[in-house]
Amino acid sequence: MPPDFISNLYVFILAGFVGFGVIRAVSPLLHTPLMSLTNALDAIVVVAAIIIAGRHETPLTTALGAIAVAASFSNMVGGFLITDRMLRMFKSRRSK
Amino acid sequence: MTELALQQYLDFAYIVAVVLFVLSLKFLSSPLTARWGVLAGEVGAALAVIVTLFNPEVAHYKWVLIPLIIGAGVGVPLGMVRMTAVPQRTALSHAFGALSAAMIGIAEFYVGTAPVTRFEMGEISLEVIIGSLTFTGSLIAAGKLQEILPQRPIVYRGQNIVSLSILAGALGLAAALVVNPAHAILFPIMVVVALAFGVLLVTPIGGADMPTVISLLNSYAGISAALLGFVLNSKVLVVAGALDGSSGFILSVIMCKAMNRSFTNVMFGAFGQVQTSAAATKEERVVRSASPEDAASILGVANSVVIVPGYGMAVAQAQHKVRELYDLLSKKGVDVRFAIHPVAGRMPGHMNVLLAEADIPYDRLIEMDDINGDFPQTDVALVIGANDVTNPAARTDKSSPIYGMPILDVDKARTVMVIKRSMSPGFAGIDNPLYYLDNNLMLFGDAKQFVNSIVRELSGASAAHG
Repeated sequence: MPPDFISNLYVFILAGFVGFGVIRAVSPLLHTPLMSLTNALDAIVVVAAIIIAGRHETPLTTALGAIAVAASFSNMVGGFLITDRMLRMFKSRRSK
Repeated sequence: MTELALQQYLDFAYIVAVVLFVLSLKFLSSPLTARWGVLAGEVGAALAVIVTLFNPEVAHYKWVLIPLIIGAGVGVPLGMVRMTAVPQRTALSHAFGALSAAMIGIAEFYVGTAPVTRFEMGEISLEVIIGSLTFTGSLIAAGKLQEILPQRPIVYRGQNIVSLSILAGALGLAAALVVNPAHAILFPIMVVVALAFGVLLVTPIGGADMPTVISLLNSYAGISAALLGFVLNSKVLVVAGALDGSSGFILSVIMCKAMNRSFTNVMFGAFGQVQTSAAATKEERVVRSASPEDAASILGVANSVVIVPGYGMAVAQAQHKVRELYDLLSKKGVDVRFAIHPVAGRMPGHMNVLLAEADIPYDRLIEMDDINGDFPQTDVALVIGANDVTNPAARTDKSSPIYGMPILDVDKARTVMVIKRSMSPGFAGIDNPLYYLDNNLMLFGDAKQFVNSIVRELSGASAAHG
């Protein structure tokens, strides 16, 4: 078992608890934007994809990395965009 | 700057990004601060992407910048879709997220710089299996939501056995790779089997169960990203994946509870099958129907109205007409609120977004548990395109397939009006005894046209009297 595994597991478990805490506090009113926002945050895998594509080791890994960069970056851009568009629509009576 | 020092700067930037991600979700707890959440997330993501471009391992920018431009080119239109298309857009983005996690895992396998240990082989295999099945599963879900694929569940005999054997096959191949990582040829086969399993997992699931499916796929996409973090030893991926995974998990649990389904029931794909309604008792029951004029006059004299929207409202694109109705009634001094069932629509929170798009203030959108106690004091409950979530059989009829499911108690209102195309049972094929109650009126017709007729009737009446 690689030594990093244990430290990653710590991080995973603690982040899971943090996730449960903050996400349970999100009003059901905003569950759709919540899903698109977490989707955009999850698109952070783009950083791993950039490294795989940018290393340019073999044509296969570069192609896989490039696809991953495009797919995850589209999630990042589109996810933040649509979340903001949705949240702008939520108005209370006072702010109308 | 030495490479080590640079690496430390990069790690520090990732920590800042992670903090911003957690804050981003925290801001979402209230609609007042929610847009700050988007900003925090954007800053964190931009920071992480920019510092990664300075990573010395990134040597060939051509292979990075072109895909980034393509990604932005695809992402912007996907961020600008109409609100009614949000469920399929979300499913598609789960597919993209899972695709990239799977692609990176596969690439990592073929990089093969370091000798792959059994443990690493297990990590990569699990990551790629979950990523692949989430990719195809999400594509199928998106296809169903876009109505490219039939929304009805596609079922055949022995389906669960076939599907689970295929999953077992993928896991078996992963196990074989762990036992002997040298059998690299098994890896692509494992990927193909996992892709096939994703298709089989979602195909049997019907449109009405999509809120649960989308949440579950969201969770899987997060888990695959977190696993990728383990494979690459990247804490930022572990955290982002854990946040996304726990979010999807919480939403799945909420959806399950709102449909009175156990989590295992959902996990094993036994859901969404066509409910063969228990041979309906064919005695003649009286259904009372009403015209738009009748409906308008009843609404016009009400003090309190609760509107119950469902997927049918979204299909008919009636939300803007509903807003006109809301405005007219509010102007007359009628207290109008909206009752939102957690699984109304095709994804969690779907109805809230549609009504917010139509400019209905969010403080008028009330959750099921908060509004159910108010129905007995409500003059009119107006059901638009919702069916099963208002079915009182869920409370009373133990033989009903939806018995035990929490519902909106519209039947307790003084008058219930249901806009519906015909008496045909809803998606799940379950008869709704609500429609035969003495206090219920059926308003037969298309939701948008019917609401429009009511609006015209009401505004005409107020002009005449006012």
